[in-house]
Amino acid sequence: MEAAHAHEDSHDHAPPSGIVRYLTTTNHKDIGSMYLWFSFTMFLVGGIMALTIRSELFQPGLQLVRPEFFNTMTTLHGLIMVFGAIMPAFVGFANWQIPLMIGAPDMAFPRMNNWSFWLLPPAGMLLIGSLFAPGGGPGAGWTMYAPLTVQQGMGMDLTIFAIHILGMSSIMGSINIVTTILNMRAPGMTLMKMPLFVWTWLITAYLLIAVMPVLAGAVTMTLTDRHFGTHFFNPAGGGDPVMFQHIFWFFGHPEVYIIAIPAFGVVSQVFPAFARKPLFGYASMVYATSSIAILSFLVWAHHMYTVGMPVEAQLYYMFATMLIAVPTGVKVFNWVATIWKGSLTFETPMLFALGFLFLFTLGGFTGLVLSVVPIDVQLHDTYYVVAHFHYVMVAGALFSAFSGVYFWLPKWIGKMYDEKLGKIHFWTSIIFFNVAFFPQHFLGLAGMPRRIPDYSLQFADFNMVSTIGAFGFGISQVFFLYILLKAIKSGEKAPQNPWDGADTLEWTHLPSPAPYHSFEEAPQVK
Amino acid sequence: MNNETRANNRLMLKKLVVMSLLMFGFGYLLVPLYEKICDVTGLNQVVKADELVNTQVDNSRLITVEFDSNSRGGLWRLSALEKKKKVHPGELIEVMYEIHNPSDFSVTGQAIPSYGPTYASKYIKKLDCFCFKQQEILAGETKKLPVVFVIDSDVPLDVHTITLSFTIFEVEGGRTSSAEG
Amino acid sequence: MKVSFIKAILTTVLAAVPCFALAAWNMDFQAGSTVLANDIRDLHVIVMIICVVIFIGVFGFMFYAIFKHRKSVGHKASNFHENTTVEIIWTVIPFFILAGMAWPATETLLAMRDTSAPDMTIKATGYQWLWGYEYLDEDIQFYSTLTTPKGQIEGTEKKTENYLLEVDNPVVVPVGKKVRVLTTANDVLHAWYVPALAVKQDAVPGFIRDTWFKAEKTGVFRGQCAELCGKQHGFMPIVVKVVTQEEYDNWVVSQKKKVSNSELSVENIFVAGTD
Repeated sequence: MEAAHAHEDSHDHAPPSGIVRYLTTTNHKDIGSMYLWFSFTMFLVGGIMALTIRSELFQPGLQLVRPEFFNTMTTLHGLIMVFGAIMPAFVGFANWQIPLMIGAPDMAFPRMNNWSFWLLPPAGMLLIGSLFAPGGGPGAGWTMYAPLTVQQGMGMDLTIFAIHILGMSSIMGSINIVTTILNMRAPGMTLMKMPLFVWTWLITAYLLIAVMPVLAGAVTMTLTDRHFGTHFFNPAGGGDPVMFQHIFWFFGHPEVYIIAIPAFGVVSQVFPAFARKPLFGYASMVYATSSIAILSFLVWAHHMYTVGMPVEAQLYYMFATMLIAVPTGVKVFNWVATIWKGSLTFETPMLFALGFLFLFTLGGFTGLVLSVVPIDVQLHDTYYVVAHFHYVMVAGALFSAFSGVYFWLPKWIGKMYDEKLGKIHFWTSIIFFNVAFFPQHFLGLAGMPRRIPDYSLQFADFNMVSTIGAFGFGISQVFFLYILLKAIKSGEKAPQNPWDGADTLEWTHLPSPAPYHSFEEAPQVK
Repeated sequence: MNNETRANNRLMLKKLVVMSLLMFGFGYLLVPLYEKICDVTGLNQVVKADELVNTQVDNSRLITVEFDSNSRGGLWRLSALEKKKKVHPGELIEVMYEIHNPSDFSVTGQAIPSYGPTYASKYIKKLDCFCFKQQEILAGETKKLPVVFVIDSDVPLDVHTITLSFTIFEVEGGRTSSAEG
Repeated sequence: MKVSFIKAILTTVLAAVPCFALAAWNMDFQAGSTVLANDIRDLHVIVMIICVVIFIGVFGFMFYAIFKHRKSVGHKASNFHENTTVEIIWTVIPFFILAGMAWPATETLLAMRDTSAPDMTIKATGYQWLWGYEYLDEDIQFYSTLTTPKGQIEGTEKKTENYLLEVDNPVVVPVGKKVRVLTTANDVLHAWYVPALAVKQDAVPGFIRDTWFKAEKTGVFRGQCAELCGKQHGFMPIVVKVVTQEEYDNWVVSQKKKVSNSELSVENIFVAGTD
């Protein structure tokens, strides 16, 4: 710790101030913060789109928007939340935390790090700007199934371009993360001593490098089908529209885990800290995460049970999908065993981690229901699926991200958030989340298709409940912004380690806030 | 960062860039791969003549073959002259489709075959088919289009009905006004 | 089967809670009218029971820890962090549970995909944004479009019972007959989905796919397009009218007259709904 301090002083180039600092910075902490703010901004934009969708669905009938605009909203909400909000949020965590947790001075390629962040704002603007393109924004769903994409206006091209840029940014970010983790660890920090969060990011980064290029390929094929006369997905030219789905989900299923695995990592740091007890089954966590990652490449067609695959293929995908429940179950059991016989306290990070555990497991259950082909055939493309993936992505990834922000905020800004407000944020979030999404299971069971702007009268009651919940959830997140700003402006000074059970390097070796340059002299890990 | 780490990082960077480029290529490779898998499992059919393997006629079984057609776009109309036919496996069958072009320009089309159930494509061996090449239909013309096929004697016992369906698409730039054509 | 017994218990429990008993708050599948629909519902009950048991197990431990192992009640943390026996047990047991689930699922799936030996075949073609039907055995074809008036959608008229689920020409089929449905599409992907008949099949342009149903009772069953197909995706419902064989025969005769009178073309169909 003294060493880190000394280095802070010896650095003659203090960061330039203002916008120039952020445009030119190569510091992992600055870049991490920028990622997090960018993702929160996109989260609010995507949230406004979600509320537009829910407002239209408040009652049967068309009240607020035209059907084509509704389709654009569902499409952009999906793309922005997945690529603009959740993924950059976890890359932000990776930037801040990985060097601190493995005792490295910075990321392996600081300048590339700067580029990979600054690709994001133009991509985000392209996505939002596509709304104003002639012919309207993209309305083919975030899954962009051919051949509907061929009919779209120029907004589709902007979206494809945005995905290319986002993909490039993700790949550069991942290369940086893999290299940092493999080459820059402090002496004594063996792979099996790394905090689990670092492990999960190592696995995620490999997944990203493997599948983002495949998505880039899929949208490039769509682009050439649209403008350059290729026939990848056009049956008239010997192509097959179903092939797009195969390529897309070859990316899309690992993508689900790209979002979920870092979330697993965050809560695996939080539970031991607040249970004052080491993580249960560290090694089995590493193996379970790796097997989930590998299995995720083998189950993609379970998103396509109704396209008319041969029955043998359906059986294979059903069994393989069920198999994923095993390592996922191991993780859940490990987390429960971690808090078992601990000495628990319930600060906001712990509450969000427990919320994650509870709701993510519910999402896992509905995943199990959907893995059964005959049931899935009934529920595919209905609101049941919408409910399922919001339990996994919002209650899974987002709650885990909130947990991480509250957990590391003292280290990042050196000030504490208001505990009482944090708890209010948690309880409003979890209650309104369930009000918004639990009824959607029933809508799906009763047969309400997804992506429709208007619905028949039998679905009216639950849709109204769901919309009320969605607004409550949205307002809770604006409240979160207030909590953050209040902490930054007038939070109490944070001690070096505000959490009894946190024992990773950033808590044991660095003051709060972490100095601008840390671990220039690598710490010795026992 | 010392020089050794720097060199290691560079090497790692190169490896990972190559890996992502390979995966981009793999995305494209999925296209022929998918076609190959479909080809081997007989899911999607290549538009070419099949080889006849088993010419043994199985008189003990009768399979109903339905002939269906889809005309993409509202311009023309493709239809089967016979809606269905009962055939013995191994028997050589010829059926006729008919297409009418009511417009005053000639149109070129390509037909794509499809089968219900999908796995039946493995057992329908087309020896000749109008779908093997593009068809030009002159303005106002009604053209007969033949299909010659054999149902493989290896067809599983639980198959009683097979649908053979053709969808005809207009070939891009395939329209010529009657004055020129 | 055991399942129906457990279902009875669940229903009683749910009915005891007043708001769940209201019909409008339907929390289950639509009442099925085919054997398959009921098999699927039974499968769903089995999976739900497994989920509830695991739920009670896992969250029983979690909530016990939350209430009893907290610092504020003076609980001191133990320091264990692995236990090979326990870890092996909770890796292996799920395999058996999953195998138990996979077995009935496989049986139902095989039945579901068996389109052989149908009594009749109907081809459903998805257009933007209506369905076209063709009875392959009868030489009947027609288009089926939404009839809900624009005023109801825009809110100037009162919405009636079958809002958005009503069409001009429903599909008519005889009861108790195995109906094979071929699906294809004219433009983009669509999906032919009727919940009560447990049928959902994507319609892919250029290719045909098949599925089947055998309605056990007469009645009208309503469904919708289930694959995003453009702006009026929500406005192309499917209505299947299951009638007795006699009524069906009469219907076939009347349809044949109609078809000979008018040449159908998708171009001159008025698409109801918006715009």
